[in-house]
Amino acid sequence: MSTKHQSTPRTLLVALVVSLVSSVFVAGSAVVLKPIQLENRLIDKQRNILSIAGVGKSDLSSKEVKELFASSIKARVVDMQTGDYADQFDPQAFDPLKAARDPKLSTALPLAEDIALIKRRERYTTVYTVERDGKMESLILPVRGYGLWSTLHGFLAVKSDLKTVIGFGFYQHAETPGLGGEVDNPKWKALWPGKVLFDASGKPAIRIVKGNVDPSNPNAAYQVDALAGATLTSNGVDRLLQFWLGEQGFGPYLAKLRAQGV
Amino acid sequence: MSIDTRRIIKDGLWGNNIVFSQMLGMCPAMAVTTSGTNGLGMGLATTAVLVCANVIISSLRDFVSPQVRIPVFIVLIATLVTLVDMSLNAWMHDLYRVLGLFIALIVVNCAVLGRAESFASRNGVITSAIDGVGMGLGFTLALTAIGLIRELIGAGTLFSQASLLLGPKFAFLETTVVPDYGGVLMMILPPAGFLVLGLLLAAKQACERRAKEPSAPRAEAAIGCH
Repeated sequence: MSTKHQSTPRTLLVALVVSLVSSVFVAGSAVVLKPIQLENRLIDKQRNILSIAGVGKSDLSSKEVKELFASSIKARVVDMQTGDYADQFDPQAFDPLKAARDPKLSTALPLAEDIALIKRRERYTTVYTVERDGKMESLILPVRGYGLWSTLHGFLAVKSDLKTVIGFGFYQHAETPGLGGEVDNPKWKALWPGKVLFDASGKPAIRIVKGNVDPSNPNAAYQVDALAGATLTSNGVDRLLQFWLGEQGFGPYLAKLRAQGV
Repeated sequence: MSIDTRRIIKDGLWGNNIVFSQMLGMCPAMAVTTSGTNGLGMGLATTAVLVCANVIISSLRDFVSPQVRIPVFIVLIATLVTLVDMSLNAWMHDLYRVLGLFIALIVVNCAVLGRAESFASRNGVITSAIDGVGMGLGFTLALTAIGLIRELIGAGTLFSQASLLLGPKFAFLETTVVPDYGGVLMMILPPAGFLVLGLLLAAKQACERRAKEPSAPRAEAAIGCH
């Protein structure tokens, strides 16, 4: 450490230059790397949709994910109030989460109906389908809701009967690792396939219950074990399913699909 | 390799190891070492930051007046860490998802500031770079060791998902030691971080004590009257 440059102006100058150079570097790389980071986030989401829909292997490279997604998954924008497709939006460019913040494209939920604690629900959202020979084989719905610390963002994939689960999982959340974070545990996710979302009368029937689900129970097909040590996260997941499967969620859309007979 | 270089490297790897001797960088040493791959990744990222920080700080040591040196060091280290964070997010996204939270915490890893203050600000650029490499590799070694032990007992594998970090060519590192192993969850959870670190610290102490007293029985005889 030199002692010959100790005047105050010099000290200030050095501090200023160091800060300036540092900020130029940080700002520069933020701008340059942003497109690559956005691309990564998109691939993450696509990888999740593929795995929840049970399409392809689990260890695909980024390039394979993109190709498989493009060839096997079809995205469409849905009007959540009427249940019709809203093809005036390009599903590639439409961002439902952005729409949920836009007063023109979303509605504020009254507290009593906002069981998933999302505050605003978008009027339009993107759903994904896997089709074979022009017929829908599975439907993938985006869901979200508040757990203990964070909003959980995920996808729910159902068979063409519109009530049997193919897969369910979250791609983004900040629940406690080891407790609520166990929503990502493959063992818990494996409990979901085959579960039934709606009862015979078409009402949302799926519930998360404490303790082990007794397979001999007549309601076992509608029940999934709660996460051990994570009651609030489990409640959150339970409520977000009730919400998105209900009238405020995909109820109208699913009713239309059922009426059309897919 | 000059004697000096060898001494600096040896100091970083063993004698003055960041984790096992200086007891710095405890936060990453406990938090990310749930598997060998995580430890290795965190270690390498820290090494990169350490070397760059040492080089930059050592080359600026004649310009920075002592009064503002600590803020200047922190700004420089924070800049470097931010750059590493953003590049990992862009180019090694899978690893970033695992290490993400902890990469930003390299800023507060006292080991980096410690080397800047105690070595780089007093030594030449090349010597400082060597010190960064030595200290960084020592840190990597420590984290990888803790990670491997926890992974082996906790999940029965070694270096699982190493190909995410090092590329598909390194898939051969991924070994399943015990197939169909139920796993010991505790080893993956935080308490085992303390446990394994404590045991490794004790082992290192024992090693050093033995090295210091090559003829242990005689030494014991000499102080036997105590």
